[in-house]
Amino acid sequence: MSFLTGENMTGGYGTADILHACTIKVELGEIVVIVGPNGAGKSTAMKALFGMLNLREGLVTLGGKDITRLSPQARVREGMGFVPQSQNIFTSMSVYENLEMGAYLRNDDISETIEQVFTLFPILREKARQSAGELSGGQRQQVAVARALMMQPRVLMLDEPTAGVSPIVMGELFDRILEIRDNGIAVLMVEQNAAQALTIADRGYVLVTGENRFTDTGEALLADPEVRRSFLGG
Amino acid sequence: MTEFLDAVVLLTNFVLVPGLTYGSQLALGALGVTLIYGILRFANFAHGDLMAFATMVVILMTWLFQSMGLGIEPLPTALIALPIGILAAILLSLGTDRAVYRFYRRKKAPSVIYILTSIGVMFVINGIVRFTIGPDDQHFSDGARFIFTARDFKEATGLHEGIALKLSQLLTVVTAIFVVLALFRFLQKSRTGKAMRAYSDNEDLALLSGVSPERVVFFAWVIAASLAAIAGTLYGLDKSFKPFTYFSLLLPIFASAILGGIGHPMGAIVGGFIIAFSEVTITYAYKKFLRYLLPESWEPESLVQLLSTDYKFAVSFVILVVVLLVRPTGIFRGRTT
Repeated sequence: MSFLTGENMTGGYGTADILHACTIKVELGEIVVIVGPNGAGKSTAMKALFGMLNLREGLVTLGGKDITRLSPQARVREGMGFVPQSQNIFTSMSVYENLEMGAYLRNDDISETIEQVFTLFPILREKARQSAGELSGGQRQQVAVARALMMQPRVLMLDEPTAGVSPIVMGELFDRILEIRDNGIAVLMVEQNAAQALTIADRGYVLVTGENRFTDTGEALLADPEVRRSFLGG
Repeated sequence: MTEFLDAVVLLTNFVLVPGLTYGSQLALGALGVTLIYGILRFANFAHGDLMAFATMVVILMTWLFQSMGLGIEPLPTALIALPIGILAAILLSLGTDRAVYRFYRRKKAPSVIYILTSIGVMFVINGIVRFTIGPDDQHFSDGARFIFTARDFKEATGLHEGIALKLSQLLTVVTAIFVVLALFRFLQKSRTGKAMRAYSDNEDLALLSGVSPERVVFFAWVIAASLAAIAGTLYGLDKSFKPFTYFSLLLPIFASAILGGIGHPMGAIVGGFIIAFSEVTITYAYKKFLRYLLPESWEPESLVQLLSTDYKFAVSFVILVVVLLVRPTGIFRGRTT
């Protein structure tokens, strides 16, 4: 059993199911990427793992513990960090306050974690007193990831972290995500930029209409002619 | 030279001092409205009547204290009754929230439902107030009336015009400064204050960060009710208490909050003063002022009053409409939805 496991997940927002017996597993110290065409249920699968969706069937476990019925807030306490795709920072608050809000549930000293986050994202140290809403798109994404890291999660889930940023910024962001993985955190990402994301992925899931289609290492998926043709644009 | 000074003194006495006082009262009221909007996301139409309710409690307690011979000369007795008024306003707000608004919060009702609900709450509170103390004017200010009178000022300076400073005016401005500083310190520095700002900024992300919505809502009501009680009492001390006046204060208060950018505390304060000074400067008769500045032959025959004081609410209304047309987010770019 992997560290974070979503087994046989079936469910959706309303009456119609979006996920059909979908299974996603992530180990500590590994980057897993979910790719697939539009409407494949990539983000939905991630939200299901985070408890933002009622599952009709299936089981979600974290470190061997059944968390299927826990609320998202309770999962944050259990060590899951989530970075939503949009509106993922407090725009009217300073960068430093965003980090403080990330650690809102902690009662211990957070200065060490802030230091670690600033080491990971040096630009945030410079902009600490600035309002987060004034930052560029790439910097905002760094704030969003840093905010989620403030709870010292074991699992970090990123919903399209590179949506709307330039290729250079995307590369930098991926480098930071590799560093986060090397610290022993399990990273799960949903990515629109599938080809680039798979190059840094240890494993990848290709979802189609809410079902697992292909599961393999990032390299193998990139090399698979069928995956390339169908989902990576040649 | 003295003519120029007389003109300045005249304007200070009839525009600057009343404008500052009225602006402080509006700012305190608008802060409460903006805070509720930021956290509960609806325009609270019951705020004016909440002010009236709290002031009514203060008046009743003032009468009780007066009959017991309790007082804090030269300050008005209402000041020692104010904490009870604040407490009553908080209890009423929390009670309404529990009985009415919480139901819609759980149903995740759209904000128009809240607005209509708050109008209902407004009528109920309005009824309670009129039933208890009656619809008439009540004066409850006691203690010293003036810090210095116009005559004191004239004798001290030798000018033709004087500046009078009422105790209630000084009290209003000093209290407003103190309350605003305390509120901003709370919002900027305290853990709960930051949680409130975060919740107002991005509700989903705040929930994800572990902010408890019920706790944030609780503090929003406590603060808004306290501000309403303070604003209402200061307004009543400065002018007089009449339930209908408090109801109609809703318009300039809403105009202040929207002009400043609703959901933005600093905007509420700036908006309050802009609305107050607009009202005062537009309804002031400039005849005497111009007489000091212009040559005798140019002396105006009319009052040089742009708008009669009877129509002072038209000023707020016009500003409100213009802001909504031209810049609906307000000066400080508050929320629009």
